[in-house]
Amino acid sequence: MQPSAVPAPVHRGEVSTPAAGSPRTAGAGPTPVAGPRGSAGRNDGPKEPGRARARLYRFGLGLAGVVGVIALLELVVRLGLLPEAWFPPPSEIFPAFARLVVSGELFGPVGQTLQGWVLGILAAAAVALPLGIAIGSIELAHRLTRFMLEFLRPIPPVALIPAAVLIFGSNLDMKVFLIAFGTFWPILLQTVYGIHDTDPTLRDTARSYGLPRRARLVRIVLPSALPYIATGLRIASAIGLILAITAELVVGTPGIGVSITDAQSAGDAQDVMYAWILAAGLLGFLLNGSLQAVERRVLHWHTSFRGEAR
Amino acid sequence: MIRARLGDWALALVVPLLLLVGYDLWARGAGDFFFPPLSVIGGNFADDWLFERVPTDLLPSLARMLAGYAIAVAIGVVAGMVLGSLRTLAIALDPVLQFLRALPPPTLIPVSLLVFGAGDSAKIFLIALGALWPVLLNTVDGVRGVDPTVLDMARSYRIPARARLLRVVLPAALPRIFAGARTALAIAIILMVVSELVGASNGVGHTVQLAQRGFNIPEMWAGTVLLGLVGFAFNALFVAVERRALGWHHGSTGRGGAPTRRTRLRRERPRPVLTPTRTAVAVESAAAGPAPTEGSVPDARRQ
Repeated sequence: MQPSAVPAPVHRGEVSTPAAGSPRTAGAGPTPVAGPRGSAGRNDGPKEPGRARARLYRFGLGLAGVVGVIALLELVVRLGLLPEAWFPPPSEIFPAFARLVVSGELFGPVGQTLQGWVLGILAAAAVALPLGIAIGSIELAHRLTRFMLEFLRPIPPVALIPAAVLIFGSNLDMKVFLIAFGTFWPILLQTVYGIHDTDPTLRDTARSYGLPRRARLVRIVLPSALPYIATGLRIASAIGLILAITAELVVGTPGIGVSITDAQSAGDAQDVMYAWILAAGLLGFLLNGSLQAVERRVLHWHTSFRGEAR
Repeated sequence: MIRARLGDWALALVVPLLLLVGYDLWARGAGDFFFPPLSVIGGNFADDWLFERVPTDLLPSLARMLAGYAIAVAIGVVAGMVLGSLRTLAIALDPVLQFLRALPPPTLIPVSLLVFGAGDSAKIFLIALGALWPVLLNTVDGVRGVDPTVLDMARSYRIPARARLLRVVLPAALPRIFAGARTALAIAIILMVVSELVGASNGVGHTVQLAQRGFNIPEMWAGTVLLGLVGFAFNALFVAVERRALGWHHGSTGRGGAPTRRTRLRRERPRPVLTPTRTAVAVESAAAGPAPTEGSVPDARRQ
């Protein structure tokens, strides 16, 4: 899970400084080798072979867990503890899923859901990132907007569905608007927070060394805000998927959500409905996993990203 | 000090007020059917929600939300504590739990309708199921992140298992549990609304939906504003509770309690009411490493 056993502080010249000097990591002491949760890393030895074995162990156990849970579900349904009308046995759901994959039926709706997701998040990020950088680096802007941002953020984006349907109709535009609105706030707030939280000592040092404003932003402020931005994007990814599927389920814009309701109203197609639900879950799982992988690659020099909230 | 705070708040109100006034002027001028002026929305809001529909729609919504959320937190914390102490099982179940968390909860609406019909229990079930995973996963992480030295010490002092769990493990995991509970709250509110957009007979979401279908635009916006206020109020309430419960843990939340080194360096007062985000909390508590346990020891002694 964790990148290299050796901290790589001198990796990109100046960029390394936020990692070493960030106020958050400073508390972890000078030996961040075992990761931020130094305590939990007790069993992962520092040697490479040990780590590989630990990873294999995790993988094997995880696989056993997946198989075990599926087997248990099958057993529970077969024994009649869980009515088959509510939940068909996994031995029917997985073949239904496989049929969707083989016939290619799966990919149209998944593509439509993904399309809305990508467009919505891109639209949100295109506005939220520059705005967040501006608000985070200009103290007056920060103070002017703080209250408003904190007020607007907890507004549930789904509350806008009726209005959005009326204004845009039940189409892709509506889905993209909804996702863009919902994902705008986490990206914006994480950016503002990350920028604003740059170690002031670092900032002052750069200024007194005469680094121009632009260089300070690109080399000091942005790198140290990057983990926050990455987290913002990951939260946005989860919210975006929820909103995409909600829009499809409630309003009927094409995508996975519609396939679920179609299968449900088809009456005798429980297994197909659960196959689509499985598809939605796998999509979320893969999106989250790939974002985390990108994050690990891009931010491996930064220690703080490893123990984030899930 | 008080004057500075007031100034701060006044400053923070400038932009929202300007935006509201700007919208009102524009809406009056444009006369767009979809965007009525504020006075009209406000009038509708007063008619509907002060307090005529509070018992018939708002309270049922809130009751379902709170019931689902309470179930999710209770199950999540208990199961998370158990799972967190059984290391092997936690590793084995991790992929399954990750999958369940990644599953967008609205996909379960058809399932909840199938199992419970269109009543309250379907909605409560949906909310509980959606809000459960963040609490559960963060509790597992919190429990597994407890400093083993502290655990060993508690064991060698022969502190009974029950007390160990409640006075050592739970306080140490609490910051993480709160981070999860906060995510869960946002999900619960979203699901409260979504569940009412599909097959409901009352509730704020249902009212908004009806108003939209009847092209009663001001009423629709009034309901939307109310939902926003509900989201805001619950968030504020949560922050207040968290500040009380984690008051001893100021080192890792960066607010409340004594000023930290960082805030003093910046010559700033500790962040007011309005919250670092949940990530910041988690990132900080993770980076601070054993900080939670430093807090938990005096906490245990105090009791």
